[in-house]
Amino acid sequence: MDYERSDGDEARAAVLPTAVKILVAGGFGVGKTTLVGAVSETKPLRTEELLSEQGVGVDDISGVESKSTTTVAMDFGRISFGDDLVLYLFGTPGQDRFWFVWDELALGALGAVVLADTRRLADCFPSVDYFEQHGLPFVVAVNCFDGARRYSIDEVKLALNLDPEVPVMLCDARERDSSKDVLITLLEHVMKGRGAGREPASVGS
Amino acid sequence: MTTSDAEPRWVDDDAGPVVRPYAMTRGRAIAKNRFNVISLVAATRVAPPAEVGIGPEHIRIVGLCQERPLAMAEVAAHLGLPLGTVRVLLDDLLARQLVRVTEPAQHTNLPDNSVFEALINGLRAL
Repeated sequence: MDYERSDGDEARAAVLPTAVKILVAGGFGVGKTTLVGAVSETKPLRTEELLSEQGVGVDDISGVESKSTTTVAMDFGRISFGDDLVLYLFGTPGQDRFWFVWDELALGALGAVVLADTRRLADCFPSVDYFEQHGLPFVVAVNCFDGARRYSIDEVKLALNLDPEVPVMLCDARERDSSKDVLITLLEHVMKGRGAGREPASVGS
Repeated sequence: MTTSDAEPRWVDDDAGPVVRPYAMTRGRAIAKNRFNVISLVAATRVAPPAEVGIGPEHIRIVGLCQERPLAMAEVAAHLGLPLGTVRVLLDDLLARQLVRVTEPAQHTNLPDNSVFEALINGLRAL
């Protein structure tokens, strides 16, 4: 890439903040945008990627051939920490399709939150598979809709066939404190993995 | 270019918005730089007057990123343009040094845990 790095030493201009991102994944209607909105300093924003010829062949668009372009929408939020650090939270677009958008979103992400609804647990399987395959650390947060809790954390863990290291927790995506806890649990999990895990990629330029 | 041939195609009811996203990029769909959704965009100077190759959307981007840097996704959201279009516009602005664009910190390139600690402490304090 020929654009400037965050740690660029351009003397005349102020140093730009460090930007990091966390993905929020899960099935349709599980509360991804709700969680983003609960902790974001602004109302969640929406951005779109147009799926044109680039996506054809990658995505199965049979049945919608008459549409020459498809729009993939992503909701996201922002939390600034002082002037030098900003965290973006991106809700991932629908699963099973649009994987190329996921690849783009996952690039450079610190980790991911997989939101699960125990009434439709299978809805989060594709997200779990994706992050496992791509080696992106994640936590599973079971969003407790009013009285929707039907299974224990251990049962969820078993049903998802998760690595024992992967944190599974209950949350209420509408609550700021609860959503904050989910993010903190993820960051601690990622940090632990960094300490114990694989060799960090070489930083040389 | 004569308009007589092209016009009927563009005023069709199915044409959607009057200015299609790729018209703003003069037909270019692929940006040279693969900007990340969280690549930060900062203006290097006040919005320039319109000139050849610099359209109203370019100027809006420079205006938006005056106060504080914005992620590419924020720029796209504020302008109501698809990410792919904004990438191409950023190419133009970068080539003219009207903006700076940062590469986001890579998880694996972070030298130590200080970013994680700052995030965790920051979230706790929210």
